[in-house]
Amino acid sequence: MTALLLIEQTLNGLQLGVMLFLMSAGLTLVFGIMNLINLAHGSLFMVGAYCAALFLEWTGSFVLAALLALPATLLVGLIIEIVVLRTLYERDHLDQVLATSGLILFFNEALHLVGGAEALYLDLPPFLKGQVKIIPGSPYPLYRLVVIAVGLAVALGLYLLVTRTRTGMLIRAGASNRTMLSALGVNVRLLFTAVFGLGAMLAGLGGVMAGPIVSVQSGMGENVLILAFVVIVIGGIGSIRGAFIAALLIGLIDTMGRAFMADLMGLVMSHTAAQTAGPTIASMLIYLLMAGVLFFRPQGLFPPRGR
Amino acid sequence: MKARTIALAAAFALSAALPALAADKVKIGYVTTLSKGPAAIGKQMQDAVELALDHLGKKMGGLPVEIVYADDEFDPEIGKLRSEELVKKDKVDFVSGFIWSNVLLQARQPIFKANTFLIGSNAGPHELAGKECSPWFFSTSWQNDQMPEAMGKYMTDAGIKRVYVLSPNYPAGRDMVAGFKRYYKGEIVGEILTPWPQHADWSAEFAKIRATEPKPEAVFVFYPGGAGINFVKQYAQAGLKDTIPLYNVFTTDSTTLKAQGDAALGLLSTMSWGADLQNDANKRFVADFKKKYGYIPSFYAAQAYDSIMLIASAVKAVNDKIEDKDAVRKALKASDFASVRGQVKFNNNHYPIENFYIQEVVKDADGTYDTRIKGTVFLAHADSYGAKECKMK
Repeated sequence: MTALLLIEQTLNGLQLGVMLFLMSAGLTLVFGIMNLINLAHGSLFMVGAYCAALFLEWTGSFVLAALLALPATLLVGLIIEIVVLRTLYERDHLDQVLATSGLILFFNEALHLVGGAEALYLDLPPFLKGQVKIIPGSPYPLYRLVVIAVGLAVALGLYLLVTRTRTGMLIRAGASNRTMLSALGVNVRLLFTAVFGLGAMLAGLGGVMAGPIVSVQSGMGENVLILAFVVIVIGGIGSIRGAFIAALLIGLIDTMGRAFMADLMGLVMSHTAAQTAGPTIASMLIYLLMAGVLFFRPQGLFPPRGR
Repeated sequence: MKARTIALAAAFALSAALPALAADKVKIGYVTTLSKGPAAIGKQMQDAVELALDHLGKKMGGLPVEIVYADDEFDPEIGKLRSEELVKKDKVDFVSGFIWSNVLLQARQPIFKANTFLIGSNAGPHELAGKECSPWFFSTSWQNDQMPEAMGKYMTDAGIKRVYVLSPNYPAGRDMVAGFKRYYKGEIVGEILTPWPQHADWSAEFAKIRATEPKPEAVFVFYPGGAGINFVKQYAQAGLKDTIPLYNVFTTDSTTLKAQGDAALGLLSTMSWGADLQNDANKRFVADFKKKYGYIPSFYAAQAYDSIMLIASAVKAVNDKIEDKDAVRKALKASDFASVRGQVKFNNNHYPIENFYIQEVVKDADGTYDTRIKGTVFLAHADSYGAKECKMK
C-alpha cells in the first residue's frame, strides 16, 4: 500500500514539477540572457489562462481554445517586450523590478476589467476528464498525466532547440557572454525579442495547462511566480537544464513533504501537534533547500557554462 | 503668538464639542475586499449595500446616508489601516463589512477605541464571541463555528461514521474544524490544515485520503472563495466526488458556482440563509437584486444587506439621535427589522441566534447554478461561546 502511495505521490510531484518548469524556463532565459528581472512573468501565466477561458467561451472547444491561447500570449509577450522592457535593459535591477511589478498591477486590473471580478469557468472536455488506473486501486486523473506528457515533451523540445540549433547556440552564447556575442555581430536585440516571446509563450502554456485545475482569476500568477524564482535560483540562472532539474526537484520535495511530513513528525511528537506542524513545515521545505543552495553553491546547481 | 494659542484652544474646544451636536447625516464606512482574488465577494456585498440604500430611499430615519467604501485588499494590515482612516479621517458613525476573520480581528481595535459601532457582515471569529466580546460589535452573519456545527449535526444524523476533514490554517479555518467536531459524533479519520492562502493543489492530500484505512465515508471541507473553486474542480477530476461524498461550508456559493460548473453539482453545505428562503423581506431582496444586477445574490450579499437594514432600524428607533451611543446600542440589540434571514435575535455577545439550513447545489432550467434549501438543521441556534465565555449581559 505504501509503495503504491509513493508512486502516486511521485506522479503528483512530477506533475507539479513540469508545471513549474514551463514557468521557470522562460524566466531563467530572460534573466540569464537578457539580465532582466521580469516580475510580470506570472502575469503572462495568467494571460494564458484567461485567453484559454475566453476562447473556450467563444469557440466551445478546449483544444482550439488552448491552441489559440498560445499565439495570443506570445503576442502579448512581444508587445510587452517592445513597448516596456526594451527601455529597461540598460537600467539596473531595481528599476526593472519597479517597472515589471507595475506591469503586474496593470495586468491584474486589466483582466479584472475584461473577465469581471468572478473567477472564469475553464473546464475540461469529456475526453480529458476521466481517470486512468495506472496504479492498482487508485485511479489517477487523466488530465494530470497529459500535463506531465506535455511538460516533458516541451522540455525535450527545448533541449533540442538549445543544443542542436543555431538559435540555441546563440541562446547559450548569450547566457555565457552577452558582450562577446554582440561584438561578433549577432543582432542581440532581435535575439532578446525572440527569447522573451518564447518565454512568454511557455508561461502562457503553463497558464493554459493550469487553468482547468485551479481557479482562473485576477492575481493567479503571483504564487507561481515565487515558486518559479525559487526554481531558477536553485537550478542556476540562465540554465534550461538547471531549471528542468530544479523544477522536478521542487515539485517532488513539496509533494512528498505535504504527503509524508505530518506522519514522519508523528513519530517524534504527539499526533495532534504533528498534524498541525506537518503541513506548515512541509511548505517551508523548498525555501530551506533554496537557502541551502544559496549558502553552499550560490551560482546554483547547474549554472550555464563559461561564467 | 498668544492670540494664535487662544484661537487654537478655541478650535480644539469646538471640535471636542462637535460630536455632541446633532448629526445631519449617517456616515457608514464599509470595509470589504474590492481587489485581488476575492474581489467577486466584495463586489456582491457592495451591490447589496447599494440595493439596501435604494430600498431605504437613501435615508435612515430622517437622515441622508453616506457610504464610504474601503478596500482591505485581502490583507489584515491594510484592513486595519483603512479602518483607522474611516474612524479618524472620515469620522464615520458606523463601520460595517469584513469578509475575513483575520482581517476583522486585526482591524477591530481602532474602531472600538473610537467608540464606533462595528456591524460585521460576514466574518465571525470566536475571539469576538467569547472572552473578547465587545459592546461595540454586532453581527448580521453568524459565528464561524455555527455552520460547521450544523454540518456536524447533519452528518451525524445522516449516519456517516467516518469523516476526513480539510481546512485552511487561519483563524476561521480552525474555528470551522472546532465547530464541526463539537457536533459530529462519528470518527474523524484524518485532518489536514493546509497553508493559507497560497495552497492551490490538493493532489498530495487526495492520495492521502484515498490511502486512509479504514476508508472515510465522507470528506468535510471549508475552502472559501478561489480556494473552493480549485478544490471542488480537483476533487471531481480526481474521481473522488463519486466515491467519497463531499460536504462543505462556504465552498459552494453563487460567487464560486459559475467557475465550479458541474463539479459542484449535488454538493451539500450548511448556511443561515438561502436565496429561496421564503419570507417577504427575502423575496423582495432576491427579486430586486436579480433585476438590478442580473445575477443571483449569495449569502455575502444577503448579510451585507441586513447590516445596512439593522443600522437603519437603529437610527430610526433613536429618532436620528445617533450621538447617543447607549440608545443606539439598545436599538441595535433589539434587532427590530425585517431580516432576509427571517426571525433573528441577538445572543448576549451580539451574534445572531438564527436557523441553519442544509443546501444542495442544483442547475436551474436556464443552465445557471444555484443552491436549494433541502431542510432545516437547527432552529434558533445560538453560538457556543456567548453563554460560556462572554461577560456581557
